[in-house]
Amino acid sequence: MITFMNNSDSEEEPCNERTSLMSAESPPVPSYQDGLPASEAGEAQAHRKRRTGGSRSPNNIADGDMSDSGVPVRESALENEEEELTLKYGAKHVIMLFVPVTLCMIVVVATIKSVRFYTEKNGQLIYTPFSEDTPSVGQRLLNSVLNTIIMISVIVVMTVFLVLLYKYRCYKFIHGWLILSSLMLLFLFTYIYLGEVLKTYNVAMDYPTLFLVIWNFGAVGMICIHWKGPLQLQQAYLIMISALMALVFIKYLPEWSAWVILGAISIYDLMAVLCPKGPLRMLVETAQERNEPIFPALIYSSAMMWTVGMAKPDTAARGPSRQTWDAAEDGRENHRSPSHTDSQMSETNSPVPTRPITSFEELEEEERGVKLGLGDFIFYSVLVGKAAATASGDWNTTLACFVAILIGLCLTLLLLAVFKKALPALPISITFGLVFYFSTDNLVRPFMDTLASHQLYI
Amino acid sequence: AFFWLMSLLLSSLIWFIAVKASDPRDEPLQKGLLIFGVMFSVLLQEAFRFLYYKLLRKAIEGLVALSEDGCSPISIQQMAYVAGMGFGLMSGTFSMINLLADALGPGTVGIHGDSQLYFLTSAFMTMVLIFLHTFWGILFFHGCEHRCWWEITAVVIMHLAVSGSTFCNPLYMGSLVPSYLLMATAATWAYLLSGGSAQNLRRFLLCKF
Repeated sequence: MITFMNNSDSEEEPCNERTSLMSAESPPVPSYQDGLPASEAGEAQAHRKRRTGGSRSPNNIADGDMSDSGVPVRESALENEEEELTLKYGAKHVIMLFVPVTLCMIVVVATIKSVRFYTEKNGQLIYTPFSEDTPSVGQRLLNSVLNTIIMISVIVVMTVFLVLLYKYRCYKFIHGWLILSSLMLLFLFTYIYLGEVLKTYNVAMDYPTLFLVIWNFGAVGMICIHWKGPLQLQQAYLIMISALMALVFIKYLPEWSAWVILGAISIYDLMAVLCPKGPLRMLVETAQERNEPIFPALIYSSAMMWTVGMAKPDTAARGPSRQTWDAAEDGRENHRSPSHTDSQMSETNSPVPTRPITSFEELEEEERGVKLGLGDFIFYSVLVGKAAATASGDWNTTLACFVAILIGLCLTLLLLAVFKKALPALPISITFGLVFYFSTDNLVRPFMDTLASHQLYI
Repeated sequence: AFFWLMSLLLSSLIWFIAVKASDPRDEPLQKGLLIFGVMFSVLLQEAFRFLYYKLLRKAIEGLVALSEDGCSPISIQQMAYVAGMGFGLMSGTFSMINLLADALGPGTVGIHGDSQLYFLTSAFMTMVLIFLHTFWGILFFHGCEHRCWWEITAVVIMHLAVSGSTFCNPLYMGSLVPSYLLMATAATWAYLLSGGSAQNLRRFLLCKF
């Protein structure tokens, strides 16, 4: 449809930004994923403080907490504790990411299976100009490869453009761009989605009600994503816009192009994040140098960060017990403040040397969330949605892809805990997902169908 | 779940190759190939269970080495339970989900002369398999921990027996009844291995602690 093709111009931009940021996070926040220099700086500070604390201990008779004599022993013990905490809270963060990824996929699969609109072929985006309705297999393959090349180059150009804008501090332009794209996502795509769902279930809705609903949904969404809002509402909105974007991709990308694009984009992701001159890596490093968070509209974060002002005054009065710290934290939990903007948690990493450090560290670890780029959500959902749409109506394939993606995510987070730097979240999951999709569709399906028809169980 | 999926993948690969390499019109051969496929799949599943045990063992050693008081936050028995349940859930979902999706649509069960109890028996069979996988997980891991090879072989033989009994379908007496009996056996065995006893059970049921 022409209208979609015209709109797709600006609609593609948000997708490009979103795909470009994988597993990136706001640097000053010593969260689990990337931002390794920040967390390292924080930990280095803590180490230094501990070391001074340790060296002071022989002189400090009144200090009952320092029972260790050897400084190196204490340091290695602390390192072990840190590693153990890393692993323990690593598992928690894996679960914290499983839930939103699963929710997004469930929304996409449910929509695909019930609303016919998203599986009908109604034209293609201008980014994939070559049609796949060709008679020969070779021609079709060639067309899909060409489509992929065009799409990937568009994404690369957009990413480089974004990085340049960021480097030359054109913040207003970037913010305007992001606001425009999320406006379109929240209003236009929601309108279309709601329209199709209502059509499928044959529910009538008058225009005033529709206007009211969509206006409220969109306005609250804009506020939550770009400004302040309750964390869970913000997470819900991010999941919804990822799902909407994924549905658009599933509808408008032709079959073979979609699979080739998925493969190519995970390779691109790998290179963009790990190569020294990769645009994403430069983006993350620039953001870290300037101690600024990366744009809130492009990252899903699983935890809130507390601002410094609240944490500092307590360090002096922290002698009594951990309970006061906990109570203060709980009190603060009731007044949620915005997440991503300036939290210099790394500066709060100056614990009183005479206290046992673990309690503070535990709290800090709990507040550190994991951040995942929205592009990752979108492409995971595209894979699972395509599997649901095109796998001959088979649920086994969808399920197999889902499990494969989650296991890939687990492995990526494990690597993150080991390497402690920004990692691409797409390659491992998408590879597993693709392998399992093709093998389940072609190999497992006939086997399971034959077993089921004879009612045999393995 | 992932490991079960991998074993399923490999076994269907083998079966697929065998089927493609053989004559599709030869009925007894196809049936024979299917039986071979099922048995091979069972053996592969148990092999993957063993591989998973090895992986978890390494993970526990790592956790113990890093922990401050020398014991890991999750015990091997808990891992055995979770592993068994993962296997069972994946196996059950794969068996049932297409059936459930078809059950939503219009149709009559058994209109071409097949059994009318198809859905019901499938549901019961899936349930018994999920339970069995959970118990086998506990038994298997316990056997690997204490090097009791006969426990491991018992699990493998039980799995083969249950799968083999499904060849009697649609004669459901031949498949459901032995499976449930085996499940009861495996349940009591796993319960005893996990430290339960008749006394514990009685105290639990009478709500005395």
